[in-house]
Amino acid sequence: MNIIIAGCGKIGKTLVADLVSEGHDITVIDQSAQAIDDITNTYDVMGVCGNATDCDTLEEASVYNSDLFIAVTSSDELNMLACFLAKKIGAAHSVARIRNPEYNDRSLGFMRQHLDISMSINPEKLVAQELYNILRLPSAFKVEYFSRRNLEMIEVKLKAEHQICGMTLMKLRDKFKENFLISAVLRGGQVYIPDGSFVLEAGDIISIAASPNDMQKLLKGMGMLQKGAKDVILLGGSKIAYYLAKMLTSSGINVKIVEKELERCQHLSDNLPKTVIIHGDGSHQDLLLEEGIRNVDACVSLTGMDEENIIISIFASSHNVPKVITKINSDELCKMSERLGLDCVVSPKSITSDVIVRYARALQNSQGSNVETMYKIMDGKAEVLEFKVGSDARLTDVPLKNLKIKPGTLIVGIIRAGKVVIIPTGDDVIKNGDKVIVLAADHRLDDLSHIVY
Amino acid sequence: MNRRMVLYMVGSVIKIEALLMLLPLIVSLIYSEKASAVSFLISIAIALVIGFAMTLIVKPGSKVIYAKEGFVTVALSWLFLSLVGSLPFVISGEIPSFVDALFETVSGFTTTGASILTDIEAMSKGMLFWRSFTHWVGGMGVLVFVMAIIPSFSDRSIHLLCAEVPGPVVGKLVPKLRQTARILYIIYIALTLIEIILLLIGKMPLYDSIVHAFGTAGTGGFGIKGDSIGSYNSYLQWIITVFMLLFGVNFNLYYFIIMGKIKTALKSTELWVYLGLVMGSTALITINILPFFESFSSSLKHAAFQVASIITTTGYATTDFDKWPVFSKTILLLLMFIGACAGSTGGGIKVSRVVMLIKNCKRELQRMLHPRSVAVVRFEGKRVDNTTINAVSSYLAIYTLFFCLIVFIIGIENFDLETNISAVAACFNNIGPGFGRVGAAMNYSEFSGLSKIVLSIAMLLGRLEIYPIILTLSPSTWSKK
Repeated sequence: MNIIIAGCGKIGKTLVADLVSEGHDITVIDQSAQAIDDITNTYDVMGVCGNATDCDTLEEASVYNSDLFIAVTSSDELNMLACFLAKKIGAAHSVARIRNPEYNDRSLGFMRQHLDISMSINPEKLVAQELYNILRLPSAFKVEYFSRRNLEMIEVKLKAEHQICGMTLMKLRDKFKENFLISAVLRGGQVYIPDGSFVLEAGDIISIAASPNDMQKLLKGMGMLQKGAKDVILLGGSKIAYYLAKMLTSSGINVKIVEKELERCQHLSDNLPKTVIIHGDGSHQDLLLEEGIRNVDACVSLTGMDEENIIISIFASSHNVPKVITKINSDELCKMSERLGLDCVVSPKSITSDVIVRYARALQNSQGSNVETMYKIMDGKAEVLEFKVGSDARLTDVPLKNLKIKPGTLIVGIIRAGKVVIIPTGDDVIKNGDKVIVLAADHRLDDLSHIVY
Repeated sequence: MNRRMVLYMVGSVIKIEALLMLLPLIVSLIYSEKASAVSFLISIAIALVIGFAMTLIVKPGSKVIYAKEGFVTVALSWLFLSLVGSLPFVISGEIPSFVDALFETVSGFTTTGASILTDIEAMSKGMLFWRSFTHWVGGMGVLVFVMAIIPSFSDRSIHLLCAEVPGPVVGKLVPKLRQTARILYIIYIALTLIEIILLLIGKMPLYDSIVHAFGTAGTGGFGIKGDSIGSYNSYLQWIITVFMLLFGVNFNLYYFIIMGKIKTALKSTELWVYLGLVMGSTALITINILPFFESFSSSLKHAAFQVASIITTTGYATTDFDKWPVFSKTILLLLMFIGACAGSTGGGIKVSRVVMLIKNCKRELQRMLHPRSVAVVRFEGKRVDNTTINAVSSYLAIYTLFFCLIVFIIGIENFDLETNISAVAACFNNIGPGFGRVGAAMNYSEFSGLSKIVLSIAMLLGRLEIYPIILTLSPSTWSKK
């Protein structure tokens, strides 16, 4: 597809990297010649230097025959206007990053309709949603939902004290009666799709799929269940903190936000009546102790500085806070923080990029079986996709054991009639209208039919 | 530096060269020239052995290359290309001396067209075809060709494109590099085919048409006759004039025209300056050489042909312009340095650089008068940033430096100054014929071996725009620190 990306900031760059690897033809637009140079020297894309709201610039980038226009500059208004113009010039679809809560809370639908924006993305809200999911199920450090929460997939890091270490999957299956599937294991940077004889070891990151009820029971049985957080402290009063606090308080969780700037504190307090806002520096350890960091269930560091977030998280971990989540933007620091023992890290740009890549992939194969959801799991080394099954005779009504499924792919779950969750065995079949969740390691899937030879 | 990847890419280029040598082999077979067919076969075998040795023995761990690898790969590719390309001449014994054969091949690939052959017509058809085919391959660039046909050749291949395609800034036509390379080659092939057809219509034999179209397309200038294009009729000479000019235009403009953006193409400053220079020079020379020819039209024809030949750095001739008045020769000498448009197959400093330099000079003069004035240089309707201006200025400096250096070395030959300077200008700017002893009716066979090697290096420096070669030779490129 011809994709145009306006804005080469953090999210813009991640998007370019992801979409180039998907094989799309990409043109980037940015005001800064330096940014354009950097990106065209690194990736196989074309660069146009100019303002994305200038018709000449859009013309130069051949917006008129583009399939997707993505505006991710730092300004909401610029993004909206650029999308509007691109659509008028002839772009087939447009995606705008709109992050300001004022736009998002009230007028988003109206504006999207009238500016003809196909999709708006709010990275902060997406991150908040992800954080919320984790806080609801703190045993995991990544939680993804499929088919309206009928099936969830979590990633758990195995520690030596967990009783399932050293067991084969076959043994696990005998021991726990719940319907579940260990779909992938990340060990030493390599993703494995395990079979029955696979032995789990401490240090593995495993991905478990099950329905939410079974998941609770399973984790309890394995002795890995941590109760959902009740008291949460958020450090840094960013937009993410705002959205997250709103979600948490509405489900009855106590939230405390620590923010450096007085004005921002007042603004937050004005908009978040149920939340306790503390004016102070989150990186000061005295303040954290005074605000009872020892007694909270979870601590989320969300300041604008990656380094500060890492320090705060290390401090919180040392005070035995049960769940510590760190927001880190830079890829390098992400990898480093893992070595420092921070296992729960969220990266706003990759979350946003995943959403757009999923959208692009859904656009690409509007025929055949549609991609409904797509997540990258296992450190981005595997993808999980949810497809809606069309009437493909090669796949439907054939017992799975008779399908010649390619190596590196796994059918994780089948959801029938929108509610029945099947964790498949060899005898199950896929039926027309089902939703099928498939895991693919080391290669990408566009269509459900690509899982078989 | 990613040495394995460099080796791998150079190896691929040699393999491609083996593939390209199949064409002259076929030509030799058609004309049943056994000796040259055998020498092509042997050369292909050698090229394949070297190529596979380089690509199979070392497996690059990572395909990522940076600017440094880009320059080194391009320089080494061209060097190996010339070494392997000279094999058929040596093996067949048609050019017995290796230095001579190398000079001839470098001259071919760099689209110079300077020859050491004293009797062209004695050569076999296969060899002459290969000689002209090197022009065609070298014109658009070998690595561009490799990129167009090998999928995912390397990560960040843009560095190869930047190092090989002449001009101050290199832009893509479409987002994907491979697609860009393909479009360039498609335009190139299409224009070449059109020229062959038009030459055939003018009753030029098929073999001659193909060979001359190759020479024109690459703006090379190797002919197959002692008097270059002189013995063909006026129609054919005019066709070649027009096509030389067409191949001297930035190929991006053709893409714009194909895409229906004719207005954008016609707005190009470079195009108009280029056409202006051609028309102005032609007019002046036509008047200056009127007494030499029987009619105005033949004077115009010769003037236009020579101007087109020199400014596009092709080097064909319809008449011995060395006998023209000094005024005309001076104009031609100056045109040698200006050269064709950026992004074309021509050589020289390039029209766009000259325009930018003049505009920058104007700005500097203005700054002297008004020290506080702020002015930007605009080119092709866009602001040129200072990095580009600096790059262009330093290119001129390094260009001048190397020119002087080469003239200095060639000075050892005890020829007249006109011969020496014009020989260096003709080689460095990839033109071919100069004045005096290297005039249109003469050749480079009188030079000593040392001078031939120095001039070969000059041709490579000119074609690759100096930097790749000197960066490859500089020790800091290779140091592991």
